[in-house]
Amino acid sequence: MRTIVTACLIFLFWFMLSGHTGTLLLTFGVLSTMLTVYLAKRMSIIDHESYPFHLSWRLLGYYFYLGKEILKANVDVIKRILTPGRVNISPQVMTLPAIKKTALGKVIYANSITLTPGTVTLELSDDEIKVHALSKEGAEDLQKSDMVKAVPENGELFS
Amino acid sequence: MMIEILSWICLTLGGLLGIVGGVGMHRFPDFYTRLHAVGITDTLCAALFLLGLGFQAGLTIASIKLFLIFVFIFFTSPTSSHLLANAAMLGGLKPVLSNDDIDNSEQLDKQ
Repeated sequence: MRTIVTACLIFLFWFMLSGHTGTLLLTFGVLSTMLTVYLAKRMSIIDHESYPFHLSWRLLGYYFYLGKEILKANVDVIKRILTPGRVNISPQVMTLPAIKKTALGKVIYANSITLTPGTVTLELSDDEIKVHALSKEGAEDLQKSDMVKAVPENGELFS
Repeated sequence: MMIEILSWICLTLGGLLGIVGGVGMHRFPDFYTRLHAVGITDTLCAALFLLGLGFQAGLTIASIKLFLIFVFIFFTSPTSSHLLANAAMLGGLKPVLSNDDIDNSEQLDKQ
């Protein structure tokens, strides 16, 4: 099942990149798709991580939330850069709990923190996450925010 | 016409944000804080550029490719930022820390 969906997605990807509709080129597209899927199966990399279907809908909602956070953080950092005189920053290093069950959830959380300007993940261990923040306000915002809860995770959709 | 204007607004704003990111890179005191300034160029600046170019391209294969570029930047840029920060930390570079405002010149003297 997963193989068939992957094959369809890869073919769709090929079509979007090439845009050809001739019979010969379409045949080549199908052949290269089949070769790719065969190789991927042989390497057994078609699993729940390379293809997080179970997260899809929650991920969509999460991206909207993340986009909003990124916009807010961007405005804040731009203000700090453009304020004349002394640079108005107060860098902090803090440790946050990363209460996520799976590796994928933790990675999405750590990447989201880094993607937001003003906070960068320094180190990710089993249940904690070390974050460098540009300002005290940014650090407090991150501590208060419910980003860790917003991150979708394995099995939350179907279980 | 409307789309043309929207496109140019996005492109100009994106360019300005790129400059802001560069200015921030010079104004901030140490490696870790400079990484935050580059974060602007990574996210909003790149997104605005691609959106502006997408308006120019219209609903064609080119705009699908632009969207794919956006997706790849979206996934790879935080990973590379994290790698840089992690490598600097493991290499023993101490971040400049402060609980109040930082005087830029003072911090630079200390380094």
